[in-house]
Amino acid sequence: MNLDFSVLNGYVPYVLKGIAITLLFTLVSALFGFIWGTILSLFKISDIKPLKWFANLYTSIFRGTPLLLQLFLIYYATPQLFKYDISPLMAAGLAFGLNSAAYLSETIRAGIMSVDRGQREAAMSLGIPYKTMMISIILPQAIKNILPALVNECIALLKESSLVSVIGVEDLMRRANVVGSDTFRYFEPLVFVGVIYYVLVLMLTMIARVLERRMRRSD
Amino acid sequence: MIKVENLSKSFAKQQVLFNISTTIKQGEVVAVIGPSGSGKSTFLRCLNLLETPSEGRIIIHDKDITDPKTNIAQVRQRIGMVFQHFHLFPHMSVIDNICFAPVKVKGWTKEQARGKALELLERVGLADKAEAYPSKLSGGQKQRVAIVRSLAMEPEIMLFDEPTSALDPEMVKEVLDVIRGLAQTGMTMVIVTHEMRFAQEAADTIYFLDQGRLVEKAPPQQFFSRPGNERARQFLEKVL
Repeated sequence: MNLDFSVLNGYVPYVLKGIAITLLFTLVSALFGFIWGTILSLFKISDIKPLKWFANLYTSIFRGTPLLLQLFLIYYATPQLFKYDISPLMAAGLAFGLNSAAYLSETIRAGIMSVDRGQREAAMSLGIPYKTMMISIILPQAIKNILPALVNECIALLKESSLVSVIGVEDLMRRANVVGSDTFRYFEPLVFVGVIYYVLVLMLTMIARVLERRMRRSD
Repeated sequence: MIKVENLSKSFAKQQVLFNISTTIKQGEVVAVIGPSGSGKSTFLRCLNLLETPSEGRIIIHDKDITDPKTNIAQVRQRIGMVFQHFHLFPHMSVIDNICFAPVKVKGWTKEQARGKALELLERVGLADKAEAYPSKLSGGQKQRVAIVRSLAMEPEIMLFDEPTSALDPEMVKEVLDVIRGLAQTGMTMVIVTHEMRFAQEAADTIYFLDQGRLVEKAPPQQFFSRPGNERARQFLEKVL
């Protein structure tokens, strides 16, 4: 069998540098997706009809079209429309955040609905304003209920981040391809980054478990 | 203190409150009783606008709280409410449950709120539970904490929505004792309850609601010995 991991010699530091980019990118898009998704979920449960319609239409479009298409639209089509030369990393962060928000808004909405209505009424009867109530009373309980789903979304983002390699962001995936075309050997670098992705996901799972345990302190 | 004028409430097509008018004086303790589905809770929830009245006005301290221009959150700061199912914030310790609103809404310092909270907890015999989470408390303890949480806002009016209906029988007394003690401090209170004996001894006035109408309003001695209303008589025969 023609398999020789020593071809990676000299390329390892180059590939490892991709971890930072992959993680940074995942963090930015997860954070952006979470904040925007929370706002969308509040739109969905609001009494103001236009906000509701907007959030539902938004979700429908971003869930109903391929992520790669959204990425290409933002990266290749934005300069044409706005004469603004968007950087690959920014285009990717935007596309992934916007896309993830569509999914997260549904998850977060379910989380908010899972919190007993009485919690809201108790907060209201104490004169606590809407924003404070949402941030300090409803969302913490909602997030606790949906933590496993949020972790799923983060894991999905981490792995889907490999898509950004197609627009030239030098993430893990891209670097594996570069090594492949340099050495004419693809199997070894691809397996190498595969292992890295897997370890990253395991680490994420572990962090989530610690977080979950901390949130269950009050049970 | 509280003036209710022609209050009506409908949900979708069903009308649950019909044209209720009454005045509750400062320091008065009102017990609202009646068959289930008679609109007792809805009446109570209208008083702090957890339900929006369909018609009529509610005036508290000469201020029409049903006026759309009224700041509802501000009104609610002065009206405490205790629920059947407590609704403590499960992710916060007892002391944080109590201090949250005074700090966030009234702008008290943490020390100030904490001092007040501990003093109130002492009064209901739960000072040792300050750092516990609600899940570690019994029903009676939860309800006493819920009462303290409302009192910490220093309200002028307290509303109780069946405060003992979700409790095990042996815990009813500890909660009623707290409410009774509160009545003696001159707090204006409206209590929806199924505890007839408690209503009899603690209330100044009994309101009897039937099918969304306030059909009788009388001092307890009079109401329990010779109710003027036929429906009230039938109701009392069943529960006493």
